[in-house]
Amino acid sequence: MSIDKNQVKKVAKLSKISLDDSKLESLSKDLASILNFVEQLNKLDTKKTEPLTSVVDKTLDPRTDKVNDGKIKSEILKNSPDKNEDFFIVPKVVE
Amino acid sequence: MSDFNKSSLSEIVNLIKAKKASSLEITNHFINNIEKSKKLNCFITTCFEESLKSAKNFDNKKNFDGLLAGVPLAVKDLFCTKNVKTTAGSKILENFIPTYESTVTNNLWSEGAILLGKLNCDEFAMGSSNETSYFGNTINPLGKDLVPGGSSGGSASALAANLTPATIGTDTGGSIRQPASFTGTVGLKPTYGLCSRWGIVAFASSLDQAGPMTKNVEDSALLLEAMSGYDEKDSTSINKKKEKYSKNLNEKIKGLKIGIPKEYRVENMPKEIDNLWKKGIDILKKAGAKIVDISLPHTKYALPTYYIVAPAEASSNLARYDGVKYGYRSKKGKNLIEMYENTRGEGFGDEVKRRILIGTYVLSSGYYDAYYLKAQKVRKLIKNDFDKCFKNVDVILTPSTPSSAFKIGEKTNDPISMYLNDIFTVPVNLAGIPAISIPVGQDDKGHPLGLQLITKALDEQKILNIAFTMEKSIGFNQSIKRWWE
Repeated sequence: MSIDKNQVKKVAKLSKISLDDSKLESLSKDLASILNFVEQLNKLDTKKTEPLTSVVDKTLDPRTDKVNDGKIKSEILKNSPDKNEDFFIVPKVVE
Repeated sequence: MSDFNKSSLSEIVNLIKAKKASSLEITNHFINNIEKSKKLNCFITTCFEESLKSAKNFDNKKNFDGLLAGVPLAVKDLFCTKNVKTTAGSKILENFIPTYESTVTNNLWSEGAILLGKLNCDEFAMGSSNETSYFGNTINPLGKDLVPGGSSGGSASALAANLTPATIGTDTGGSIRQPASFTGTVGLKPTYGLCSRWGIVAFASSLDQAGPMTKNVEDSALLLEAMSGYDEKDSTSINKKKEKYSKNLNEKIKGLKIGIPKEYRVENMPKEIDNLWKKGIDILKKAGAKIVDISLPHTKYALPTYYIVAPAEASSNLARYDGVKYGYRSKKGKNLIEMYENTRGEGFGDEVKRRILIGTYVLSSGYYDAYYLKAQKVRKLIKNDFDKCFKNVDVILTPSTPSSAFKIGEKTNDPISMYLNDIFTVPVNLAGIPAISIPVGQDDKGHPLGLQLITKALDEQKILNIAFTMEKSIGFNQSIKRWWE
């Protein structure tokens, strides 16, 4: 399957990545060649195969349901590009 | 003063413990080397003031209990280090200063090690040549125009150039073993779950694993011992007793069965790699191991499987970079959505964007079953291949890479040719099992080549012992002219 410029634009929108129109052409080509490469898998019959979701054969360890951190507001806010005392600041979302 | 450039990590630990060298003396030696190494571009951040303070502190306290007592180490810039900038090789994290320490680095400091600085890597560990780093590519000390491999390329170069006595990297599809092979060093990817992923900048969470990069096998055992261990903060961490890899290191490999998979003899493989493989087989035969021909029939599907699974997980992991909580934020955009889009458009490099887009595509409605679910099923077949083989053999021997280090710029225009570099390393990550790459010889250009030993989950001691035995017979020796100083 090949992927055209419009599809690339759509995926970029889903990925929340702005793209230069000038790069669309080469990017579509790259993505098409990668998809073409991974489509080799279609040669394999996997009707009877279960998907592998984890290589670690374990269930999650139970733990006591208790708060073990918190009170680190200043640390959490420390790396924010825009903040006031208690909040992350983002561009206005409601008119 | 002794020449610490010739000393291994284990030798340095012994020198410090025998009080033949102080931590400060050794720390100063490596700082001096690093300061003269700008041309290699190995470091993104250094923290010498802190390193010297810690070294002096160590020398005053003289607590020699730790496995890495008083040893200065540089680490890949993918490990979060408290109060020391951590970039993952990306513009989007250019000014990120973690307020916490990764479990693995914390384990190193608990064993007495001291941080020298943070090593360059491909952006978010996505690359096989270190060329995708926002901070410029690292140079391989073996040649001014050579890549060090990737993504732990800065780590491999720094180690080969003696800018650190040992280092740690991460390996999602070969990012420890391939650069180790390209620089004539030893790189080990442990069993998935042996080393905690907590505090490591995430790429593909079901594949990522941290591991040691060292000058020899003894050091690899020592560093693995120091960095591994159960961590309740990582839900995939394996809860088991810590192994004493270095103490248990031995050469008892007689009678072990070594599998040689025919599928790793790929088309157009350079003759010298084939010869290297034969050399490895001969060494093992002489040491009393039994060589068995085996088949891993789904090997050729490993790379396409990886390039669905890894980007899918990456697209999801990298959703966190939104310009709000930390990292770079674009000044352009009229509303929140545009701010997100511009932040990510300006903050990520081309390869990272490619992978996020592929990942989003294969996970999107209508394509999920055809790509992502299919890949997970093939991943099962690949793991089954290994499981079946390990019923008959102890260890599998393969080349580490299909070529020696290539030239800077040689593969940047063709993503697929770059991806093919990881053809021998990727299956191991998909199966979650451990593997080690050790240097075995050089090609006609004098560039190092490595062989890889693979074994079943949690059998690290076995590949360490075999690698240790092979290392003695190989007597690999490379003297690198310090042209960059």
